[in-house]
Amino acid sequence: MYRYDHYDQSIVDARVDEFRDQVTRRLSGQLTEDQFKPIRLMNGLYLQLHAYMLRVAIPYGTLDSRQMRMLGSIARDHDRGYGHFTTRQNLQFNWIKLEETPDILAKLATVEMHAIQTSGNCIRNISSDQFAGAAADEVADPRPWAELIRQWSTFHPEFSYLPRKFKIAVIAADEDRAAMRLHDIGIQLVERDGLLGARIYVGGGMGRTPMIAPLIRDFVAADDLMSYLEAALRVYNRYGRRDNIYKARIKILVHEIGADAYRAQVEEEFAAVKQLGLDPPAAELARITAMFAAPPFDPAAPAEIDRTDPDFALWLDQNVRAHKAPGYSIVTISLKPVGGIPGDATADQIDLVADLAERHSFDELRVTHAQNLVLPHVRTSDLHAIWQQLADAGLAEPNLDLATDIIACPGLDYCSLANARSIPLAQKLSERLAPVQHNLGELKMKISGCINACGHHHAGHIGILGVDKKGTENYQLSFGGSGAEDVSLAKITGPGFDEDGVVDAVERATDTYRTLREPGERFLDTYRRVGMQPFKEAIYG
Amino acid sequence: MADRDQSEIGGEPLLRFRDDQPHDEPAVTLDAFLADQTPEPSGATAVRLEAGDDARALLPHLDRLALIEVSFPTFRDGRGYSAARILREAGYSGELRAAGDVLVDQLPLMRRCGFDSFAPEAEIDAATLRRSLSRYDYRYQRGADPIAPVWKLRGG
Repeated sequence: MYRYDHYDQSIVDARVDEFRDQVTRRLSGQLTEDQFKPIRLMNGLYLQLHAYMLRVAIPYGTLDSRQMRMLGSIARDHDRGYGHFTTRQNLQFNWIKLEETPDILAKLATVEMHAIQTSGNCIRNISSDQFAGAAADEVADPRPWAELIRQWSTFHPEFSYLPRKFKIAVIAADEDRAAMRLHDIGIQLVERDGLLGARIYVGGGMGRTPMIAPLIRDFVAADDLMSYLEAALRVYNRYGRRDNIYKARIKILVHEIGADAYRAQVEEEFAAVKQLGLDPPAAELARITAMFAAPPFDPAAPAEIDRTDPDFALWLDQNVRAHKAPGYSIVTISLKPVGGIPGDATADQIDLVADLAERHSFDELRVTHAQNLVLPHVRTSDLHAIWQQLADAGLAEPNLDLATDIIACPGLDYCSLANARSIPLAQKLSERLAPVQHNLGELKMKISGCINACGHHHAGHIGILGVDKKGTENYQLSFGGSGAEDVSLAKITGPGFDEDGVVDAVERATDTYRTLREPGERFLDTYRRVGMQPFKEAIYG
Repeated sequence: MADRDQSEIGGEPLLRFRDDQPHDEPAVTLDAFLADQTPEPSGATAVRLEAGDDARALLPHLDRLALIEVSFPTFRDGRGYSAARILREAGYSGELRAAGDVLVDQLPLMRRCGFDSFAPEAEIDAATLRRSLSRYDYRYQRGADPIAPVWKLRGG
């Protein structure tokens, strides 16, 4: 894992001091709310419906037990005893007092954490593959590159007042576990002639105008990457639309001028910028990469598992994935108990997961964009003991990638932008589908409470969007989205439903899938083969 | 460092981080400046760039300019940061002024983009500015200023 040196620590400490100063000026009235808003947002502090929300950065979703325990401790001391893991691999506290935020940030800084650029019209927390460093299919660990980009983008002097927020994901495998092409910039590390480089996609995103990012550059060498990103962002900062917040993301710019014109402008800018010496030397990437070296796996770790307990075997099959090291496994801890709130974890659960990571996973944890947690490096022979402890804490739901593993935004229960509630709908759907979810197989269900699409409904095999229809909550249903390597955008089925109506409609759709599916087909595959019509008939017929 | 000297930043409506005298010729618009280049330039030496103007249009004329003023119609409009970088990267060494809705919390970043003069609409508190400009000892990335980025310091 990355460890701060005194430079990193100094910068984060200075940020705490700066924010303390800004909060003091706000509380004394020196700053108006209008002036304070972009300042607090750039530090992840939102004003929600009932309280302030603080979003803590978890860079590329990686953290250790000490950091995790600090999150639990803050949940106890400054929130209501829980936290919410987000689709950007961060954590949100929903019940924060403005005057306590400087102290919270000071606590976070003691464990090399911060809330820098978790919101605002700037480059946000860099996301990545939650199985990085553990999966066999990666060409390299993507996180050193993500860390390099994190540092470059932190307090970037030119790109802190962009037209709109800017999200970057870095992956290093063909299987896309990070919705890479639904980011403003998606980077896939690839190997060419023995050299690692970055394949760059620009202009993806969800929101009200979902788009899949087109390929803009097939290969950028490591020692050109910062210059190239600088060029890509500069074109956006200069020419991205600022007249309409809904058309201000880079996807609109790339779409309006076309990928070829955008690419040409970036190349021209890159040629100029490359002369400026913006790129760190190879030694810097090497320094960071050394901190992500594989832990000392035991080559003699046994691979056998006793599967006699059927509940354990079910969890094993659903939530445990193969590790690149023999005798080790990757465990996904579901934060989606049936009928629960997706992504929420209590302080006690947070502490337990920290303990498990410390004892069983080389002190490493991950947060996934699907709002679950991962123990990335677990000895296969420890799995049963881990499962028992998780089960005791309500964390052993065997539902990874199944219908109850729902992504949902906070919705109208918390968010001031929302048009409809997401959480109660997720709970109802979860309860309805739990009895059949193993039969249904992989089914990615995603719910957003407004058109901003924080719940990734465009990328759901089944996506649901909450809208306001003449003062009542209404839910639009869509099928066929994917945030994986087979990326696609979901299509709306037809007229919307009320809350119970949409639960019924989903059930009719899954019943239809069970009738129509061919062996080995997921819901998504069947939908892609037969199209919308049979589903439509079942739902509206 | 000049930029931390209170005497240069306190109280004046124009904040300058330069040792030369303020340029007092009124700035002309980019269009007016460009239209005036042929056939016989009248010799304007100060130009005002609006947020949407292309700073690159000035690049052939930089050696004739003593002041470039970049407009910030609202503090949220960040195009001027790129304009400043482009001008400095092209070697412009005259006064580069940020004018308009310029707030104290933005000045450190603006300084890093090459602005060395500020004409804020609302007064900037001198003590807050001093704290703001001296707060960070290190920077992660190279800017238009001479500050060595952290990766350079790490490299020894």
